[in-house]
Amino acid sequence: MSQFYLTALQLALCLCPMALGIFISMKVFNIPDITTDGSYTLGAVITAILLTREWPALAAMPAVMLTGAVAGVCTGLIHTKLKIDALLSGILVMTGLYSINLILLGRSNLPLINLQDLFTSRSFFTHELYNHLGISIFIVGLLVLLLHYLLKTDFGIAMRATGNNPVMTRALGINNDLVKITGLALANALTALSGYLVAQFQSFTDINMGIGIVITGLGSVLIADALRVWLRVTGIGWQLLFVLSGSLIFQMVLAFTLAMGIDPNFLKLVTALFVLLIVALPRVSRPLKND
Amino acid sequence: MISIQNLTKIYNPGRENEVTALDEVSLEIRKNEFVVIIGSNGSGKTTLLNMIQGAERPTSGSITIQGIDVTSLPDYKRSRWIARVFQNPNQGTAPDLTILDNFRLAALRTQPKTLKIGTTATFKKKVRDKIATLGMGLENKTSQFMGNLSGGQRQALTLLMSVMDETEILLLDEPTAALDPRSSALILNLAENLQKELGITTLLITHNLKDAHHYGNRLLQFREGKIRHDVPAGEKARLSMQDIFRWFE
Repeated sequence: MSQFYLTALQLALCLCPMALGIFISMKVFNIPDITTDGSYTLGAVITAILLTREWPALAAMPAVMLTGAVAGVCTGLIHTKLKIDALLSGILVMTGLYSINLILLGRSNLPLINLQDLFTSRSFFTHELYNHLGISIFIVGLLVLLLHYLLKTDFGIAMRATGNNPVMTRALGINNDLVKITGLALANALTALSGYLVAQFQSFTDINMGIGIVITGLGSVLIADALRVWLRVTGIGWQLLFVLSGSLIFQMVLAFTLAMGIDPNFLKLVTALFVLLIVALPRVSRPLKND
Repeated sequence: MISIQNLTKIYNPGRENEVTALDEVSLEIRKNEFVVIIGSNGSGKTTLLNMIQGAERPTSGSITIQGIDVTSLPDYKRSRWIARVFQNPNQGTAPDLTILDNFRLAALRTQPKTLKIGTTATFKKKVRDKIATLGMGLENKTSQFMGNLSGGQRQALTLLMSVMDETEILLLDEPTAALDPRSSALILNLAENLQKELGITTLLITHNLKDAHHYGNRLLQFREGKIRHDVPAGEKARLSMQDIFRWFE
């Protein structure tokens, strides 16, 4: 595989935690969470601040995830306690986070060159990109295992049921609000982790790097959904693996588009059209089948 | 067991569409009683169950369960005593979860949901044994999604789920309204057996007067938010179908 596609693969792996986060908010809780755009940048901003202050990259990871979780808690509290629509709650927090990120970063972008980061602090392969890939695969693999375990636990079943039938869960003694807030915290902690990985992978943090990123995660989850329906596999483990596959397919399609010589200015448009295609295809094909 | 004092529920108070669903209702329900509630649509039956479960708050009045004032407790906190089977089979189960996962949640109704995997082989066996008592052949399908089952199957499983954990009070809100006669009979017989076997205080709402006559040991009739007839245990056995019909004339 050429260096170009390997780089796309690396980016896909860095974005996997965000896709998993969107899977939790959208598929587990049935909540369209737009906080993602803000918490992704927040993750990158906190990473930049901590790495420039010479924090070890591994120690920065939980701190970054914690700040993402706080953003998720804010959205969750606005949605559950103030009874504001989940979509609007996410937009409000995302908008607020733009200013907070700018204040924290102190400038619109910050290079992270020549800093000891996650990918340079450990060397498992001589080739730099292979080393990046190895570390990313390890982190993403560990995340999938942990999420798989979580969703199989009693609390995980309560999480899945809350998104599926909130009337039943309340009758079964589950505090839906608390479970939703916890879920949104987890989803945004994962999104912030993606910001952390991408900032280190591309060696800079930019205040605008999160704009429209939710569509990338959404696209991955929709591809995962299409795979689930197509392959008729419904286990939680499979669904998580499909989300990873969705993220990889998504980035590969974009890389292929660029490789075909399409102007990079059109990248966001291509992304939107690709997601539209994924959403529309099953709907368009259904009436045809019925006919 | 359940003590209801001057319970009133007014919807849209002070507006043109103000409705008094419950009007100063007072009621004492003893432990192990099987109370059947009948009444026309809008008479306040479901509102009463919603108030007891905590799904809705009363406008005034109080509800006490086992001597504890639960009037301001939310529904998820009252679930330590109360299990409910809804009118719509879809409301009582999570369709995208397996039968086993649904039962796991039901088994933890009064307990915290921790980061432990509870769907162990022992638990699976316990669930299979419970489901086998229904005689529906569902015991080997515990990994199937609840949403794939028929309404009758889901309602029967919901009823079993309601007694997976310690249950003091069982609320049955027209549990057979969406079912065919065969499934209805199965559900109500199961409810009666569970009530007798486990000694659960049960409240059943039904529009079927034959069922109201046949099941339970106390009969309440609601009209316009008030209790119009309250036939206690002992007297109910002497009540004829004609007597009940006459209440609606």
